[in-house]
Amino acid sequence: MSETTEQADRTAAEASNADERGRYPLQVRNLKKTFGGITAVDDVSFEVEEGTLTGLIGPNGAGKSTTFNLITGMNDPDAGAVRFNGEEITRLASHEIADRGLVRTFQIARELEEMTVLENMMLAPKNQRGEKLWRSVVPGLRDDVRRQEEELLERVWEVLDFFEIDHLAEEYAGNLSGGQRKLLEMARALLTDPDMLLLDEPFAGVNPSLERRLLEHIHELREDGYTFLIVEHDMDLIMNNCERVIVMHQGKILMEGTPAEVKASEDVIEAYLGGEV
Amino acid sequence: MGVSETYARGRRFFVEQPLALGVALVGLYMAWFLGEGLITGRILFSDIASWAWDGLMRGLIIGLAGIGLSMTYSILNFANFAHGDYITTGAFGGMAASYLLAGLGDADAGSLLLVGSGRSVYGGALGVGIVTSPLAVVAGMFIAGVATVALALLIDRFVYKPIRDESGITLLITSIGVAFALRYLIVFVFGSDVRGTTAAGQQPTASLLFVDGYVRINAHDVTLLVVSAALMLGVHLLLQRTKLGKAMRAMSDNEDLARITGIPTERVVKSTWIIGGGLTGVAGYMFVLWKGTIGFNDGWLLLLLIFAAVILGGIGSIYGAIAGGIVIGMTASLSIVWIPSEFGRAAAFAVMILILLFKPQGIFSGRSTA
Amino acid sequence: MSPSGFRSRASDLLNRDPGLVLAVFGGIYLAYILAGLVFGFSVRGHMNSIANLTFYVAVFGMLALALNLHWGYTGLFNIGVVGFMGIGVYVTAVLAKPPAAQGGAAQVGGFGLPLGIAAIGGVLVAAAVGLVVALPALRLRADYLAIVTIAFSEIIRFTFMSDTFQSFDVPGTVDIAVGGVTLFSYDPAAEMVGFGGGGGLILNYVDPLEAILRTLFLWDPYLGLVDAVSVVIPSNPKPVVDGFVYGLVLLGVVALYYWLLSRTGESPFGRVLKAIREDEDVANSLGKDTSRFKLKSFVLGCALMGFAGILWYAGRGSITPPSFRPNITFYVWIALIIGGAGSNTGSVLGGAVFAALLYEGPRYFKNLVQAAVDIPDGPGSFGQAMAPIGASLDPVPFLVYTLNSIGQLRLVIMGLVLIWLMHNRPEGMLGHRKETAASVDLSRPDRGGPDEDVAAADGGETR
Repeated sequence: MSETTEQADRTAAEASNADERGRYPLQVRNLKKTFGGITAVDDVSFEVEEGTLTGLIGPNGAGKSTTFNLITGMNDPDAGAVRFNGEEITRLASHEIADRGLVRTFQIARELEEMTVLENMMLAPKNQRGEKLWRSVVPGLRDDVRRQEEELLERVWEVLDFFEIDHLAEEYAGNLSGGQRKLLEMARALLTDPDMLLLDEPFAGVNPSLERRLLEHIHELREDGYTFLIVEHDMDLIMNNCERVIVMHQGKILMEGTPAEVKASEDVIEAYLGGEV
Repeated sequence: MGVSETYARGRRFFVEQPLALGVALVGLYMAWFLGEGLITGRILFSDIASWAWDGLMRGLIIGLAGIGLSMTYSILNFANFAHGDYITTGAFGGMAASYLLAGLGDADAGSLLLVGSGRSVYGGALGVGIVTSPLAVVAGMFIAGVATVALALLIDRFVYKPIRDESGITLLITSIGVAFALRYLIVFVFGSDVRGTTAAGQQPTASLLFVDGYVRINAHDVTLLVVSAALMLGVHLLLQRTKLGKAMRAMSDNEDLARITGIPTERVVKSTWIIGGGLTGVAGYMFVLWKGTIGFNDGWLLLLLIFAAVILGGIGSIYGAIAGGIVIGMTASLSIVWIPSEFGRAAAFAVMILILLFKPQGIFSGRSTA
Repeated sequence: MSPSGFRSRASDLLNRDPGLVLAVFGGIYLAYILAGLVFGFSVRGHMNSIANLTFYVAVFGMLALALNLHWGYTGLFNIGVVGFMGIGVYVTAVLAKPPAAQGGAAQVGGFGLPLGIAAIGGVLVAAAVGLVVALPALRLRADYLAIVTIAFSEIIRFTFMSDTFQSFDVPGTVDIAVGGVTLFSYDPAAEMVGFGGGGGLILNYVDPLEAILRTLFLWDPYLGLVDAVSVVIPSNPKPVVDGFVYGLVLLGVVALYYWLLSRTGESPFGRVLKAIREDEDVANSLGKDTSRFKLKSFVLGCALMGFAGILWYAGRGSITPPSFRPNITFYVWIALIIGGAGSNTGSVLGGAVFAALLYEGPRYFKNLVQAAVDIPDGPGSFGQAMAPIGASLDPVPFLVYTLNSIGQLRLVIMGLVLIWLMHNRPEGMLGHRKETAASVDLSRPDRGGPDEDVAAADGGETR
């Protein structure tokens, strides 16, 4: 019996335990996805503990981004299940998953270029009354929409201040630098009021000083009770900041453990240095 | 797999895809309607054969013109809405040459070159036709191709090349501008009236017995069949056997890859216009020769059918364009078995819309330009 | 006032929407009136050409606004505009035409409903058909959506043209009975209705302007106005005044469209639409159900296109299928691109500039030349026009032929303008201007402006 199946069994056992469920908001079981004959994600199971920073690492093509896409509903898995806060979310549309508090960012920052930073930010909050067309248009009802927007606006400016991008508020998002876009993306995701954030390579293309700031923000937020799953292929970054690390290789989970355990693993070293693509 | 499982899967498929269920039911009804009609004699076998023949002819024209559209769609990555007017250009350019050769001495050169605009000359009176003036027809076909190639290259140089790196949508909108300018320049020069082009009555016609009636095939049908088959074979050999063909196939699969591996892309782009434009021009000429009339809207009215064929066959696929053309031509012609004749084109559009909804990569997809 | 102060005031005015719109409209009308004066138009001719101009400025303004909701805001590439216009006006006609007996035996009749009710019916059907098209088609990528929508608009035109839908017999009574008890019985006035096939429909109902004015209880004052105008135009002034006032009514409708679409755009709803245009995945990943938003945007736009179609054609004596060719769709697109996709103000300006310069301009130019110069009968074809140049370098026949062909040449000009715009100014007149998608001012609430202190923040690495 392989190591992965053992892991899967363990996960299944844990999932049945109601007390454990609260501690592990995200549970991924036996996820599988093939693209045109190539198995990108092969029987992947893991869980993320509440209030932790969990790293998902692995060489290029290990299936990390595909796993993210399967969890957040951008792709549907061929087999397997994803549970979030005890609820089955497999095959839900991505907006439904985001609505339940599991929100992602993208590997290449996808800011909404021809919208200002403020518009980007104002877009994010959930349950906006003015997203109903008739409320926005009918005279009288619009006052209600405006009142809510004014409330949201204060929150938006707070978050802009927190991420120190308030000076860019009126700028078009397309005019931002790569690092600023990453900040904007995380700030925007935060405004949806999520329980858990999935960050896909949040530090790619970010200069060291900005990277430090981003990390500080993430630790601060984690202390506030947010849960993070971070994809990254910079090993050191993950080792120095995460409580738990999941290592993927060729679509499978290679190992899972504390940074120290992962560092000591022969398998991991071989996967990174073994010359695979 | 057990029967019940198959049944359950089938039921799930149709619950998830109510449109697919509708399509399946409509298909069953159509098959029953046709079968019942043939058995009771309400529909004649020979009528079906005649319509199928007519559909094949239309399909060959659509397919021939579709190759060019499919190539530019995949290699230059935009839907060229001016393609229909390239067809019209070929038709007028080629017919001007045919008129001139067939009628020199009978009428003044100006009227002949303007394809009898203002009712000055009639193609029928000049005896334009494959049997009555073979030289004029062959020369016309040649000129149609050359004129369209020249036009396509000229437009590419001044219109598309400067915005080559823009998005496909920008190019698409630009091509609508090209279509407008080209179509109404043709009206300005050649006039807006639809007129006869050939001495159709003087071409030999064969009536073939088919089960319960006759199918009529004339010399222009045969010409169209021979010319299309030859050109399609030529394109096939070009793409399979030459270095240029391989480069073009690589470009259509992945433009960035082609750039890296050092294929001179501008040269490939030019070749695309030359091959696509040539086929399109000849298709336009064959179209007006076959149907016997010419008008400034001919190409534009054909364009949506060509889009239908190209999408059906899978954008970028040469054989897909040909097969798609024949399917679309047949659909437009044979649909009169089931629906009023004025909805023939609508039926072809409906097929295209269904393909886009259910299998947008086309039914002949797999390899893109092979 | 110093010259520089005046200049800055003027440029300030141009930077605000009402000022800009007034300036462009004023410029257009001034040019038309001055040109008419120079070339010696009669008062009647003057008023007619102004009314005509106003009509097209208004309809293209409305249509560009509706298309801007689809393309400019939501990124939906709809090139089936004319199909929705056609549905709007055809349904209105069928509902409003008097029953066949009154219309003469040869003509198909209608349901004889009041024009206002019929127009509502037309708008609702256009919206419903929009929904039917949108449900499957909105998940297609832009170029496929374009091909589907234009094919759809052609299917609509074939349907109007078809013999099959030319006429239907309406049953004498419609009864709904359950167990022998009649719950509902209705005797429709109509006997035979339909789309009239290739011959089209004669619109033998009350004039739309009269219907509007009667509803507003303005009909009697209006007739008084017509009497007053007869001082200036002694013979039969009513058609001239009709055209003029209808044009003004349409401008009022443009204002309504603008109001509606500005509120739609400047709201959380409009913000999601913009986000869909920029990157639909992102909007989805932030929890927005983008298909619902796209659907709503598409249906609303289709309803507005249907209504614009009604206002354009319902006042004509008749409608025929060839009026609903895809060319009109492309006119609307050119108008929108001139103005700048994404901006409501730009759409109105684009509609006006397109109508004045490209749509009506060339024809107006021809009328002006004809009023000023006595033009001989021109040659009937290009060949006859060119022959004198070859023979004796006489350009007059060619110029006359060109002038007479201006109806076609203006389409050549439109095509060239579109190419030029895509090369040099794809964003149009106002495309890249901020029309912030929010119902409130987004600047920092307490300090009333963005933070001036930028020194502390670093910008990460540059792009």
